[in-house]
Amino acid sequence: MAVLRHETRQVRAGEDVVSVRQLVREWAVAVGFSLVDQTKIVTAASELARNQVIHGGGGTLRLEALNDEHRRGLRLIFEDHGPGIADIAQALRDGYSTGGGLGLGLGGAKRLVNEFEIDSRPGAGTRVAVTRWK
Amino acid sequence: MERIPILKMGECLLVSIQVDMHDRLAMTLQDDLTTRIAETRAHGVLIDISALEIVDSFIGRMLGNIASMARVLDAQTVVVGMRPAVAITLVELGLSLPGVSTALDVEKGMDLIQSALASRKGNGRSPT
Repeated sequence: MAVLRHETRQVRAGEDVVSVRQLVREWAVAVGFSLVDQTKIVTAASELARNQVIHGGGGTLRLEALNDEHRRGLRLIFEDHGPGIADIAQALRDGYSTGGGLGLGLGGAKRLVNEFEIDSRPGAGTRVAVTRWK
Repeated sequence: MERIPILKMGECLLVSIQVDMHDRLAMTLQDDLTTRIAETRAHGVLIDISALEIVDSFIGRMLGNIASMARVLDAQTVVVGMRPAVAITLVELGLSLPGVSTALDVEKGMDLIQSALASRKGNGRSPT
């Protein structure tokens, strides 16, 4: 699998969530995603970027356009140095929220992508990587 | 401060969301609409989301909150114009917008509100 192109952006404030949506949309179009697939990855990015701002105190988003032998994809890596997540299984459960939301952000984002990886340690921060294939 | 305009037409308030809303703008719309319903004594609220390219859990929650607050203030909310790709994504995300009435377009949404208004007037006149 090869990374064809990559870019890293800062995600700091609420307004950045909107620019993340626009940026991910541009990349999804460039990869050649269908409208439904574009909408899914943009929505997942919106949830994860918001989590990063609210819970992680902001961080970075790295976008990667991927290519393996017979398919193309888009990977988004959200990384922050916030307080981290003590219980990942609980954070992924629908309806669990510490941010006053619906508790659909993390679990919902997971359902909208093909691959989902989360790595978090209390005090060290959180890294969420999601990939959607065309 | 950036705001989404709310138009009044008869007993109905109309909102067309034409921008990609950040969360604070969505919260402002929720507050403004609730205030306007009380001020204008509107009985219907029509929200056009045909320009929205995504509805995530935050915007979904805002739509649900508006519908609940409107109901408490004796007004019915109809959300119109959701794009098919948005509907597919929303359900997969886990949001089914309980308590929010929807219609395919503004015209059908207006029909829904008008018939609700007509039936409440009919009920008002009947001697019970």
